[in-house]
Amino acid sequence: MLAFTLRRLVVAISVAFTVSVIAFLLLHLSGDLATTIAGPEASAEQVEQIRQQFGLDRPLSTQYLDWLWGALHLDFGTSFYFRNSVASLLAERMPVTLTLGAISLVISLVIAVPLGVLAAVYRGTIIDRLALTFCVLGQALPTFCLGLGLIIVFAVNLRWLPVSGNASWQNYVLPSIALGWYAVPAVMRLSRNGMLEVLSQDYIRTARAKGLPPAKVILKHALRNAIIPVVALAAVQFGFMLGGSIVVEAVFSMHGIGHLAWEAIARNDFPVVQAVVLVLAAIYITLTFLADVLNALLDPRMRVA
Amino acid sequence: MASIPSRLSCLLASALILGTLPGAALADKAKDTLVYASDSEPENISPYHNNLREGIIVARHVFDNLIFRNPDTGKYEPQLATEWTWVDPQTLDLTIRKGVTFHNGDPLTADDVVFTLNMVVSPDSKVVTKQNVNWIKSAEKIGDDKVRIHLVGPFPAAIEYLAGPVVIYPESYFKKVGLDGFAKAPIGSGPYKVTSVTPGKGVKMEKNTAYWKDSPLGQPKIGKLEFRVIPDPETQVAELMTGGLDWIWRVQADQAKQLGAVPNITVLAAETMRVGFLQLDSQGRAPGSEPLKDPRVRQAIAYAIDRKAMVDNLVRGGARVMNSACFIDQFGCTDKGVPRYDYDPAKAKALLAEAGYASGFSVDLYAYREREYAEAVVGYLGAVGIKAKLNYMKYAALRELARAGKVPIYFQTWGSFSVADASAFTGAWFKGDSDDMAHDAQVSALLKKADTTVETDIRLATYQEALTLIAQKAYLVPLFSYSANYAFTSDLKFTAQPDELPRFYKASWK
Repeated sequence: MLAFTLRRLVVAISVAFTVSVIAFLLLHLSGDLATTIAGPEASAEQVEQIRQQFGLDRPLSTQYLDWLWGALHLDFGTSFYFRNSVASLLAERMPVTLTLGAISLVISLVIAVPLGVLAAVYRGTIIDRLALTFCVLGQALPTFCLGLGLIIVFAVNLRWLPVSGNASWQNYVLPSIALGWYAVPAVMRLSRNGMLEVLSQDYIRTARAKGLPPAKVILKHALRNAIIPVVALAAVQFGFMLGGSIVVEAVFSMHGIGHLAWEAIARNDFPVVQAVVLVLAAIYITLTFLADVLNALLDPRMRVA
Repeated sequence: MASIPSRLSCLLASALILGTLPGAALADKAKDTLVYASDSEPENISPYHNNLREGIIVARHVFDNLIFRNPDTGKYEPQLATEWTWVDPQTLDLTIRKGVTFHNGDPLTADDVVFTLNMVVSPDSKVVTKQNVNWIKSAEKIGDDKVRIHLVGPFPAAIEYLAGPVVIYPESYFKKVGLDGFAKAPIGSGPYKVTSVTPGKGVKMEKNTAYWKDSPLGQPKIGKLEFRVIPDPETQVAELMTGGLDWIWRVQADQAKQLGAVPNITVLAAETMRVGFLQLDSQGRAPGSEPLKDPRVRQAIAYAIDRKAMVDNLVRGGARVMNSACFIDQFGCTDKGVPRYDYDPAKAKALLAEAGYASGFSVDLYAYREREYAEAVVGYLGAVGIKAKLNYMKYAALRELARAGKVPIYFQTWGSFSVADASAFTGAWFKGDSDDMAHDAQVSALLKKADTTVETDIRLATYQEALTLIAQKAYLVPLFSYSANYAFTSDLKFTAQPDELPRFYKASWK
């Protein structure tokens, strides 16, 4: 188990490193950063001054290594745009995104798991087909589209909830549904498959033969076993949701890390974009790593993978 | 991802299908709070430390200028300076008004003016848009209420800058809190005072009830202003429709029409100072720009484009066709006596034939915004035989290419920093700097003279001469001014100005 964990750890660190290199290079390919920071109406002289001020005249490798060294000490440099410490910007906005992600995850689990269980129990029936159709629709509908739809119905027409911002708990309802929706199809399919597998096991047949009520068989005996892979998947989905929050936060104008990323990308605010990418990737990689380890603990066959 | 126009149309259409549209923003009128939104936030609320329009808007409400330019008459009027006189072309004396106080109650004095001007030109001031202040050499107090400004060189547009981006800070407060503290809680002497600055969210302001009586800005009428940052245009529209916002701007032309049909929302289209134009590589530096060295080819390009049709069908709103290399309402900008190139494809073809390009030629056209405008230009050029290939890219990358002399035709736009003086336009493109693609010594010399002459008549005549020369040689093909669409609750009385500076201190509830 220790060897497996160490192997996974090495893979996780390599992925994080690769992500940081790619993010760094891609940003530099998007045009001259000094010109972007200086703005459309700056003179060549000002651009040059900014290039020196931000150290953009140094070789790429030096810039990258300097940044990496700082990042390892949680110093992500200074935002080109806000002229403020990137770490403090992240600290300020992270709670909004984490809250949004957590609520979204709960919403997606509350919808997807029962739906998956129902689909499995009523396999091949109209319920199963409806659940699968719902799943396909969920995958086909982009987050921004669902977000706008929710705004139109619940904010513009019904006036039940606010359109944008993050002033109160009501502001979290629509964006959480939009973001949570994102994870529903995957979780639902996994719950359905898990349940189908478990339901065909001998011990379920035994439980049924004992004359236990069907609800007890499904919820107590089957679900407890079928839910294990879902827990691991949920961890990964949470990581995905933090990334997906970029679109949702822009649509609902929530001032979390996604909104910050949106602003930073629009302005080539390089240190911010890179820090957001790295932090989100680190969270995602950590969650995946934990999910792998969890899976390996639960199922020793996985350890050889 | 769907394009913004189609997404907005979808939102509006769905709202109409789903039910009745909501009424006016009653809540905010009742609370006497005008909530306005924009998609960007200034990086620093200190006006000298951001170059974003949103920052300029806040600045105009929170700070006072020395001089006021009346947007209706274009005349300069006293503001913090009761009078000003040119001692010589490089020295300006001002008398500072007494009885004005900052929001914290400190009196505004000549010392504050001297401090501000010297602070912004000091090397460690970190001023973002240097052009706004780099004409100032220093300032000194020459009497109780008298300030003398020494200029770097003769610069008559100084008055315009004093009426625009140059605002006055409170010396003791600024020294006490420093730039960081000032950015969090700025203090000025303007009609509104800042009550909170929340990065990422916006700025809240409140009416300055002690605002000095004779200000040419008048007394603010609306109790509170709130600026919110909302990046998504559809969300802005939804907020406007539900009363969460009272005012939005930069609404696309075709969507503005749809929004105009919504009850209780007023849509206003107004001209801006931004001018769209084609810059031509008349020196033939860029690959494939050889034909552009011939003035007849450049003139042919000017004749080939139906600018009026573009204004009527694409830009719309209050946009106008421009004939000179500047915004027509700027001081010194004129199209009188300047050659015009009205749409005449036959003449364009004849000129091309005369220049030896009877069967046309191929050329690269670069653009970074309003792809549809650039595409229209490509179409017009194609009709006279010039096969232009559109290269659409991000601004930073394009600017780099252009400065390296690799762009034959550049669809460019310029807003002159809202400075109503021709020097802010022509100077940027024809005074031999890195963005000058003509490098015409005669034009540069004329502009240098016009920019530094204090006598109004000589300035006007010199600009006219330079603009005529630019048009004759067709170094730059002016297309049109831009239009901006505003949408706001019909409860609000609001008027727009070409400088794209919404003046909420003049707005009121109906």
